Amino acid sequence: MRPFKYTNAKDVTAAAKMLAANPDAKFLAGGTNLLDLMKEDVEQPNELIDITRLALADIKLISSGTNKGGTSIGGLGKNTAAANHPLIRQNYPLLTQAILAGASGQIRNMATNGGNLLQRTRCSYFFDVAMPCNKREPGSGCGAMEGINRMHAIFGWSEKCVAVYPSDMAVALAALDAVVKVRNASGQERTILLADFHRLPGDTPEKDTNLSHGEIITAIELPKNNFADKSYYLKVRDRASYAFALVSVAAALEMNGNKIAQARIAMGGVAHKPWRAFQAEKMLVGKEATEANFRLAAEAEMADAKPLEHNKFKVELGNRSIVLALQMAINGGKS
Amino acid sequence: MEENESPQLTKDEKKLFEDLMPEDLNEILVHGVNRRHFLKLMTLAGGGMLAWQSAVAEQVLTRPFSALTSSDFSPANIENGVNLSFKVNGAAKKLMVDSRMTLLDTLRERLELTGSKKGCDHGQCGACTVIVDGRRVLSCLTLAASCEGRSVKTIEGIAQGNELHPIQSAFIKHDGFQCGFCTPGQICSAVAVMDEAKNGEVSCVTEDVRQTASPIKLSNEEISERMSGNLCRCGAYPNIVAAIQEVHSGKEVAQTWEFRG
Repeated sequence: MRPFKYTNAKDVTAAAKMLAANPDAKFLAGGTNLLDLMKEDVEQPNELIDITRLALADIKLISSGTNKGGTSIGGLGKNTAAANHPLIRQNYPLLTQAILAGASGQIRNMATNGGNLLQRTRCSYFFDVAMPCNKREPGSGCGAMEGINRMHAIFGWSEKCVAVYPSDMAVALAALDAVVKVRNASGQERTILLADFHRLPGDTPEKDTNLSHGEIITAIELPKNNFADKSYYLKVRDRASYAFALVSVAAALEMNGNKIAQARIAMGGVAHKPWRAFQAEKMLVGKEATEANFRLAAEAEMADAKPLEHNKFKVELGNRSIVLALQMAINGGKS
Repeated sequence: MEENESPQLTKDEKKLFEDLMPEDLNEILVHGVNRRHFLKLMTLAGGGMLAWQSAVAEQVLTRPFSALTSSDFSPANIENGVNLSFKVNGAAKKLMVDSRMTLLDTLRERLELTGSKKGCDHGQCGACTVIVDGRRVLSCLTLAASCEGRSVKTIEGIAQGNELHPIQSAFIKHDGFQCGFCTPGQICSAVAVMDEAKNGEVSCVTEDVRQTASPIKLSNEEISERMSGNLCRCGAYPNIVAAIQEVHSGKEVAQTWEFRG
């Protein structure tokens, strides 16, 4: 690992200032992804600003503003705490399931909610500094495009990058219309829709998100919704546990009699960001919650998939996963 | 042999280093066998040698050996030093660490607590699991500098004096290991899993996460899921699950193995 200066921030604005002052500095929160990448020499910060002790861990009801009645999750709270908080388990079980489908008990105890959103891809070409990777080293090429791309994207990729975004938590957050609150070095706050927080690779795959250097994630806000009774996070992976998704689906339904009033579907493991299946959602509204309707919606969504040489299986897997996740959701999480 | 102590090699030992590590011979003759030589010799020993060489190598390898002397860690030799005071197994520790030093390396290399194991060093195997402020974490992905004021419990602090923790006894009874390398991490993890279940924390395989029942009764499937961050290359998983289940349920679990006459 390269030498770096270790510093502590005394409050949130000071942290943002310290980061803004040094283009080669990084925040240290859970460290589970960052330290790993530093050991691999993929990340090379010359300063780590430890923000773990900042008071940004609260989970609470939002009492005013556009998301009144929703729940706010502190950016520096731990994943374990978020998954197990009564407000989350009762009102957003989809989020609890998604968080717990990711990583291991140890890692969830370390990883923070803001840090989870900022995870970098686990593309093996990104991790191997001897390989070309436009995300790690812009202009060096993409090793995965013609290489081993079984785990890679089927939606939204570019010639520059076919990597997928690894978080499970963010997939549920995308389905739940979450909003990310950030603060900059001047103390100004802004909000970014989770669905707009991560980027597609385009010509700048080195940029994972729309966060600016010098901004800190203070909270993630979940609007109030009526999905808690009918939601499900389905994760399909190579092992039963502790593996990244081949495909995952966060599904949530709100019924009006026997018709679907609202549907939310987001997919993981298929794109450079949590992939909201807007087409499928739209097709389901006003329809009955039948397997046939689920299948039509899934097929419409997956029709746009552009698989690579080794991940063609993800198209049919995506189809079936959407259908199964919706079935599990409508049955209150039971098959 | 203390590092920098004037070396006293036998004739055979000198010949061994001459044959196998000629480029290091001078240094060894002047300063003695240090940690790097030791590791190199280990590697060569693993590659297979002549019988006489093996016998001599065994002599060298089994000699008392102090890995690193305190002078290597004097503040002047530490880059980006961070002063750290924290508790390890109840005892207060104060030292200066390189900002890059992980908690795992600090425990093993500075505090001589080598129970926590360096398996993958990338957060994938769980062999380095320790308990920080009551929570199991990976010490290989934790910077020592970030542990200021924290309380760390390692495998060395799990037993009460000579009395083993019930999880430790159950691992022995159920043969929850083969080579033993993952065992310290498995045990630290299992001890923490007990508390997580007591607190009513749910997992990915919990039937209904909206239930508020606490404590949670763990099925074997729950135990496997919760322990999935601890890999065991020998595949002692069924025995590990049996050991944890016995302590968790308080009921005897049938051993999956027995002696046959």
